[in-house]
Amino acid sequence: MIKIEHMSKSYGPYPAVIDISFEVLKGEIVGFLGPNGAGKTTTMRVVTGYTPPTQGDVTVGGYDVVSHSLDVRRHIGYLPETVPLYLDMTVTDYLTYMGEIRGMNKSWVKERLPKVIDMVKLGEYRNTLVGRLSKGYRQRVGISQAILHEPDVLVMDEPTIGIDPIQVVETRELISNLGEEHTMLLSSHILPEVSAICKRVLVINDGRIVADDKPDDLSEKLQHAERIEISVRGAEAPAFINAMRDISDVVDARSDQRASVLQRSEREDFLPFIVDARPNVMATETIAKTIINNGWGLANLTPLPMTLEEIFLELTTEENLGE
Amino acid sequence: MRFISVIAIKEIRTYFASPMAYVVSAAFLAITGFFFVASVSDAFAEASIRGYLAGAIFFMIFMSPALTMRLLAEEQKLGTLELLLTSPLREFEIVFGKFIAALVTTMVMVGLSLYFVLVLFVYGDPDIGPLLTGLVGLTLYASATLAVGLFASALSSNQIVGLVVGSGILTTLTIIDFVSARLSGTAAQVMDAFQLGASFSVFDLDSFGVAEGGHFADFARGIISVTDIAYYLSITAVFLLLTVLVLEARRWR
Repeated sequence: MIKIEHMSKSYGPYPAVIDISFEVLKGEIVGFLGPNGAGKTTTMRVVTGYTPPTQGDVTVGGYDVVSHSLDVRRHIGYLPETVPLYLDMTVTDYLTYMGEIRGMNKSWVKERLPKVIDMVKLGEYRNTLVGRLSKGYRQRVGISQAILHEPDVLVMDEPTIGIDPIQVVETRELISNLGEEHTMLLSSHILPEVSAICKRVLVINDGRIVADDKPDDLSEKLQHAERIEISVRGAEAPAFINAMRDISDVVDARSDQRASVLQRSEREDFLPFIVDARPNVMATETIAKTIINNGWGLANLTPLPMTLEEIFLELTTEENLGE
Repeated sequence: MRFISVIAIKEIRTYFASPMAYVVSAAFLAITGFFFVASVSDAFAEASIRGYLAGAIFFMIFMSPALTMRLLAEEQKLGTLELLLTSPLREFEIVFGKFIAALVTTMVMVGLSLYFVLVLFVYGDPDIGPLLTGLVGLTLYASATLAVGLFASALSSNQIVGLVVGSGILTTLTIIDFVSARLSGTAAQVMDAFQLGASFSVFDLDSFGVAEGGHFADFARGIISVTDIAYYLSITAVFLLLTVLVLEARRWR
């Protein structure tokens, strides 16, 4: 549905996106992940026909975004990052206007509007001025305008940014449901969100795509190191850390400074540590032996799965080192 | 065409749902009313709307940009321009829809002031020719000033910038004869040809003038000239085109 080939976009001399290529197939939900300023919004603006690419070809549903911009725009529902709303219109008036601008006729709007309002649960606010709504409800109005004209492709830029946690959960659910009938490109800098909603993740950093995979595979592939949580009794911290670092498979060892762990350790009189070891070796076994041989008490030894956040950091910092 | 009317209707509704249209209408009626009364209240005064027209076109230098300043600046500020530009709309449909909304609103205002004409018919025997040409001229003049104002509104997301730039362009075109009077030859002729029509002599209680060399003078006198019509239509067309170009340039940034 969306096909990007060697696309670059610069603002004056500043490159925002550099030579990216990817394809989103019909019915796919693709998460677009990256820190602020990585080029997510720029890419989405190119896809939606808001701004043309500096180089490369971008097509949506087979239409080129530059030469057939109007056709592209007819097939896209777009929710920009700052939800664009006319604050002095009521929800119904706003959505009716947006529908008409998207080329819907009056009877189509009339038939479709109640369904959409129902879907996003805006029923009791249908005659409220948009300016009076809370941020979460404004977001729903924003989503409504994007799906009102039943577009084939949905592009959502940071759809859960700046709304409270309960509404975030509801909004995510709503978006997941939308994914069942739309091709979707969704950007976020929050990783659990992307792994919850999307079946495929594109990681973008500094205008380049650095990874393209399923969320689960992504964490498996990138597990360069195994992280182990260890608690011991009767050891001095420096002595323990040195002993750990002497083990050949251990990459690094340090005191665990997480507040929750520290509190518990004070009460139960043990020292918490974090040890990073190379994967695919029986590092844990060697670590346990070393602790016992030194006469320390082993209270806890748990391998931690790497979170997407850490993978993300790793990916993006590696990219920086590479340059 | 359908998109133009969708946008125009939305903007007209916004005008009349906010205090803007009412405040500007009140000010317009009060100020033109003053000039009208002052021009017909002398003994043996001429039963014409010349004073009203002079006041109206002078005031529109500021009123038109004030009416249009919101139209495109706010879309940029709210981010809704991004929605408009990613909808299957062409830039000229956006610009034209908004222009028509501003023109209709202005015409409603002018319509409200038409009771001055009734007053003339009740208490005097006005000449119908200059009345009609005056109103035709006023419509053309309004569309030219609104187009300038709309262009200024497209330049930034700040409404005040739109107001100042719009009024600035219109004031420059109004006082252009001050400059041309100090020049001679072709330069002076060219500059005179751009005189917008209003005159600061509107504050001179004896003349209630429109600019003598300006494009409104003939309309006020009861004469319709092709040059004047072409001038106002050209200003309208050029500035609407510039507005479309400003919006298109926004994409390429």
